[in-house]
Amino acid sequence: MKPFKFDFIILPVFGLLLVLAFWHAIAGKKIAITNATGAIVEEKRVGLIPALPNVIETWQSSRPYLVEPFAKRGEMDQGILRFTWYSLILVAKGYALALLIGTPVGFLLGLSPTFAKMFDPLIQILRPVSPLAWLPLGLVLFLGAGKEAGTWGALFTIAICSMWPTVLNTAVGVRAVPQDYLNVGRVLKLSPWKTLTKILLPATLPYMFTGFRLSLGIAWLVIVAAEMLTGRPGVGGFLWQEYNSLIYEHIILSILTIGLVGFVLDRLMGLVERRFKTA
Amino acid sequence: MPFLELTNVSKNFGANSVLAGVSLTLERGEFVAIVGYSGSGKTTLISLIAGLTLPDSGTVRLNGREITAPGPDRGVVFQNYSLLPWLTVAENIALAVAQVFPNYTPAQTAEHVARFIAMVSLTPHAAKLPRQLSGGQRQRVSVARALAMDPQILLLDEPLSALDALTRAVLQAEIAQIWERDHKTVVLITNDVDEALLLADRIIPLTPGPGATLGESVAVTLARPRDRKALNHDPEFKRLRAHITTQLLGYSARRQSTVTRNLILPDILPEDLDAPRVTRRPLRPHELKQLQVASSE
Ligand SMILES: Nc1ncnc2c1ncn2[C@@H]1O[C@H](COP(=O)(O)OP(=O)(O)O)[C@@H](O)[C@H]1O
Ligand SMILES: [Mg+2]
Repeated sequence: MKPFKFDFIILPVFGLLLVLAFWHAIAGKKIAITNATGAIVEEKRVGLIPALPNVIETWQSSRPYLVEPFAKRGEMDQGILRFTWYSLILVAKGYALALLIGTPVGFLLGLSPTFAKMFDPLIQILRPVSPLAWLPLGLVLFLGAGKEAGTWGALFTIAICSMWPTVLNTAVGVRAVPQDYLNVGRVLKLSPWKTLTKILLPATLPYMFTGFRLSLGIAWLVIVAAEMLTGRPGVGGFLWQEYNSLIYEHIILSILTIGLVGFVLDRLMGLVERRFKTA
Repeated sequence: MPFLELTNVSKNFGANSVLAGVSLTLERGEFVAIVGYSGSGKTTLISLIAGLTLPDSGTVRLNGREITAPGPDRGVVFQNYSLLPWLTVAENIALAVAQVFPNYTPAQTAEHVARFIAMVSLTPHAAKLPRQLSGGQRQRVSVARALAMDPQILLLDEPLSALDALTRAVLQAEIAQIWERDHKTVVLITNDVDEALLLADRIIPLTPGPGATLGESVAVTLARPRDRKALNHDPEFKRLRAHITTQLLGYSARRQSTVTRNLILPDILPEDLDAPRVTRRPLRPHELKQLQVASSE
């Protein structure tokens, strides 16, 4: 199709409407069966997938969570942004941990062939392990923390799952530092510390930020799983609880929130990353 | 005792013999130019003197002491620009100054840096990043950085090859002028015989590799300061030029290949951080084209 005015806004909206229409079409709806006197004898859901709430039901049921996004009505009954906020705080902590550990490990991998040979196979084995597999281990590791075991287990899981892109991208970046720059450092007899701060770090920064961005995406993926299993308040915990309480509308609300927040986070990191690309 | 002395130096990369039996002696204050074809091992030779690579056999001595590591007593102007792209002109030079004069106060460092920026007439550009400068300006910064370290010897690896003819002439004059001031010992690598004649006391051809070695050195007795325009009519200049050119062409005839006088130009673009690190410089677009042309023929 030829580009036209405002196609950047009209086409996505059109796509969204198509998907909403499809959803609505396959979703169920409630009907009431009445007897001859008009009294309701039975209510039931019909449709292709009767249990799936339709668009209107989802909207009506989500309204209170959206119009009062910061309300706190109970431990597991709070505005959606309040839940998001809890999740974000946990993600921020786990992510910070991932960067704090991942960046130096990446530097070591990039700088030392011996270190790389020692740990590269291990990293390749640990990298594909799912957060669902890490979490129980995390809970076991922090059994001693008592009530806080869930939090620490979740942090551990987020950190270990989201660390790998940072580790690997940093390592690649360090190996890609042009030999010419390193030669300058050698001619000037820069100390190891100065070589690191004046040459290696600035030259690696663009790679590091690519890693940071990918890591943040993973951290946000992991949070839902972690909250589901530990039952912490947050978007993921909310989602799981509403599934158990048969309020399926809120599953969809949570999914959309998670997706939207993930998208915004990625864009923000993308902006930061671009700044360093041109530097 | 000679100031710089290379004795029977050989260097191989894997099975490739790049330099074989290179011997060279330099007196303090001498300006020596080494001319040779691209790929013959000129950069390798400079790296050996700089201590960035060590010879497989033979020794390199500066002031009688064997060179085993690089150090700021040998100021290097690299063939590829090696300014750090995240530092400004002043910061690039200050990094070098701080290494060589660690006892300077910040004010002294700034003053020292400013002096050398002024020497290459870049004062208005001191706060710019390398990518905001032209190729000639960047190479001036490289020269200023090398000089600011007050090295015992200056190693220039094709510093002007990447520049257009006019900028090149200006910078040649600048280098001559700077050298007149303190007669530092200089090894200049170049592929331009005129440039060598304009600047050097002595010109040594490097035979083409593999197993390149230095040819017979030619003393340049032209009076200084040398004026480019006047030189063109100087019979001695013409004689030297013909002599060296014939010598170089003789090597190439033996090598059975045609070589244009305009040899390979180094890249003048800033380093691409996305490119993977290569110990050898990557092929330039025009070299790639040459390769493609060659292989399609
Ligand atoms: N680090 C290296 N590893 C492998 N080969 C190299 C290396 N450095 C130089 N060479 C080879 O040595 C030869 C001379 O290179 P170089 O000294 O850069 O030549 P020049 O500076 O005269 O153009 C080339 O054939 C090049 O491929
Ligand atoms: Mg070279």
